[in-house]
Amino acid sequence: MTIATQISRRSFLRVSALAGGGLLIGSYVRSADAAVAEYTAGFAPPEEFVPNAFIKIFANGNITIIAKNPEVGQGVKQSLPMIICEELDADWSHVTVEQGLVDRSKYGVQFTGGSLSTPMNWDDLRHVGAAGRALLVAAAAKTWNVPASECTTRNSRVTHAKTGRTLGYGALAATAATLTPPDLKTIPVKDPKDYHLLGQRIHGVDNKAIFTGKPLYGIDVVVPGMLYAVFEKCPVFGGKVMSANIDKIKKMPGVTHVFVVEQIGNALDGLMSGVAIVADSWWYAKTARQSLQVSWDLGTTAAQSTEWFATRAAELSKLPAQRTIRKDGDVDAAFSGAAKVVEASYFYPFIHHATLEPQNCTASVKNGKAEIWAPSQTPQSGLTLVSKAIGIAESDITIHVTRIGGGFGRRLKNDYMVEAAWIAKVAGVPVKLLWTREDDMRHGHYRQAGFFNLKGGVDANGKLVAWRNHAILDNLNAGEFPARYVPNYLAEASAIPHGIPTGALRAPGSNGMAFVIQSFIDELANAAGKDPIDFRIDLLSQVGPATQADRFDAERARGVLELVREKSGWGKRKLPKGTGMGVAFHFSHQGYFAEVVQATVSAKGALKVNKVWVAGDCGSVLTNLSGAEQQMQGAAIDGISHALGQEMTFENGRAMQSNFDTYPLIRMVQAPPVEFTFRTTAHPPTGLGEPALPPVIPALCNAIFQATGKRIRSLPIGNQLA
Amino acid sequence: MSVTLKINGKSTTVDVPSDMPLLWVLRDVLNLKGTKFGCGIAQCGACTVHLKGVPVRSCSLPISSVAGQEITTIEGLSKDGTHPVQRAWEEIDVPQCGYCQAGQLMVAAALLANKKKPTDADIDASMVNICRCGTYNRIRAAVHRAATLSAGAAK
Repeated sequence: MTIATQISRRSFLRVSALAGGGLLIGSYVRSADAAVAEYTAGFAPPEEFVPNAFIKIFANGNITIIAKNPEVGQGVKQSLPMIICEELDADWSHVTVEQGLVDRSKYGVQFTGGSLSTPMNWDDLRHVGAAGRALLVAAAAKTWNVPASECTTRNSRVTHAKTGRTLGYGALAATAATLTPPDLKTIPVKDPKDYHLLGQRIHGVDNKAIFTGKPLYGIDVVVPGMLYAVFEKCPVFGGKVMSANIDKIKKMPGVTHVFVVEQIGNALDGLMSGVAIVADSWWYAKTARQSLQVSWDLGTTAAQSTEWFATRAAELSKLPAQRTIRKDGDVDAAFSGAAKVVEASYFYPFIHHATLEPQNCTASVKNGKAEIWAPSQTPQSGLTLVSKAIGIAESDITIHVTRIGGGFGRRLKNDYMVEAAWIAKVAGVPVKLLWTREDDMRHGHYRQAGFFNLKGGVDANGKLVAWRNHAILDNLNAGEFPARYVPNYLAEASAIPHGIPTGALRAPGSNGMAFVIQSFIDELANAAGKDPIDFRIDLLSQVGPATQADRFDAERARGVLELVREKSGWGKRKLPKGTGMGVAFHFSHQGYFAEVVQATVSAKGALKVNKVWVAGDCGSVLTNLSGAEQQMQGAAIDGISHALGQEMTFENGRAMQSNFDTYPLIRMVQAPPVEFTFRTTAHPPTGLGEPALPPVIPALCNAIFQATGKRIRSLPIGNQLA
Repeated sequence: MSVTLKINGKSTTVDVPSDMPLLWVLRDVLNLKGTKFGCGIAQCGACTVHLKGVPVRSCSLPISSVAGQEITTIEGLSKDGTHPVQRAWEEIDVPQCGYCQAGQLMVAAALLANKKKPTDADIDASMVNICRCGTYNRIRAAVHRAATLSAGAAK
């Protein structure tokens, strides 16, 4: 049984009438904060309940379902309402999806991250929908004076076959609103074989608006009387304003307000010191900023650079590790007895999220209340941050969640939100704050770089017997593969304290780590003289006893490896010189993914990624097949983009990349076709936004090795093949 | 300066600084929010519009340089959202976050206006806008599909 099914359901319903004979179903489920805690730590469920979702059924048959979580492009604006709609047995074409306001008391936890939207809401939302259906059936049974058990539902209608009577949900809504709602704990849900909607291809509910240029995103928000702001922060992370030529800037065309903002607290993701310029148009504000001169207190991070990190990491690699993360068996003895020992150092760089919609937020603060329009993945954290900063109670702040032009984890932070709120408060007018691309890239919360010193040993039979990994700078978790699958295993870590802001980036903890682990496993497979897939499957077959850190089902990992072997024609293709196929697998965010990449390296060292095969296991149901495919393709192409050219470097505590000319993102001509297959297993469905990303990077690097004999041990690949 | 613009078939006069980019006139003066800001240096293509039918990066075009010339934005690509590229994008369900798609649609429409049946190589050469979500597989399929839809409409 997986973690998701261990979350017990503690819920009840409340129904009320809508004006004009409609029905409103609010589901009240257990504390969602607690759900997160349970999900991640296995805590016992608490005794408090908070509302979580709403269905509105109108007398005319229209149905509104609230989308509770922010939409960053991962498709939850469709997929979560689809779960309710399936169990409600409503016709999707009758459904309008409405983005819910930020309201913990109504909707529970609202955030987008960790591929958690599906697993955390799957159970609750099914029961919400099923309870809604039960109410409508009860209303029909009462209307016709027949047993509810004789009534069936389909496409927003209840039917009593014996008497040939049928009524639409709209006609039943007023009666249903007068009934006592059923107990959510005992309400049955559908067998997946009876699904009509889940698993189908459902298109984005905002597609039409996107294709016709309707305002949808944070950057599109317009509030009456609003002005536009830019915010200049210190180019060195954490630096503070000492003085600025504010009087000069105030006189520039269109400028209405210029002021210094003081940092609150020490967090790099809160309100930072800087200079705000507010103007009649964003162009005026941006133009005035070109004349802004600020004297900065640069702070201690000014001494830190990419070179400084490399030097510190090299020093630390020669010293005993600061911490032991996990120790199984005796690696030193095992290395002494091994037939072959391989040592290698790996590196992955800091990288940036580079959401295409730059950070922005619109805020209005007046009469002790605030209203905010925010493209945030964690609007509830933003609410708390803003409330503390501007001194207005959370209950007096309204947050509208806009559609979001890409998240990837960047918008788990709410720095732009607190900045907009502060500037609007000081200016006394509604303000739209918009960062330039340069602001966005220079003030990121980057994926942390990591240096890894690995040593592995195989015995005379080619079996992996010892593994040591000393991680420097980035973290290493105790369950990291091949922990549990190799008898002598040592994971160690050494930290380098620094002042560069870091944060979660799509598949955090895995997006770089899979490259390190699965590339080095490939080195060991090569040393053992074994086929890379066979070597991995053999490794997955030598399972040791599980510890607290082990959440990894070897059978499911082997399943996707065998599937990708079959689908990619592994070992059966005759490849031209300079072309190779590489494999990798990784478990993250409860999903199992194995991927094969075929790549060609020309005589001059030009790399072409020809194709990616993805095999995934995300449990029993894909909520939306179209969305699932999108995430597979997007994650694989995103990973290749990481590998090809993405790297943030720092000098004197400043980011050296500022736009897409120096920070290349993958484009059409570089993007390979991505073919995917899902392996359906009897486990609750899990999220798809992230787990397909990590394995594609080592699969590509392993393909390059097969094609050229050159081992990529440092990302990005850049011009290493030239 | 006072500039007269021809946008989506309508004449409009705006009073803005001469160096203000077309993008910001569209978005913040004329309230046409469909054209997006991504980079400001003509790298990403989110701000693509048609200038006399040619796809251009509106973030880097001073308003003074486009006075009187025919400009088409995503809002004017078709009257009712049924341009073949818009239909193909819906059929294939292209968007993830969707932020770049207006620019992608504008480039695709211009490509198809010049090449009735673009090859993959044509698509690689023309469709150079960044999609941060990596919808390239579906964009490619949608361009081919739009070509088929256009051919059907022409018969």
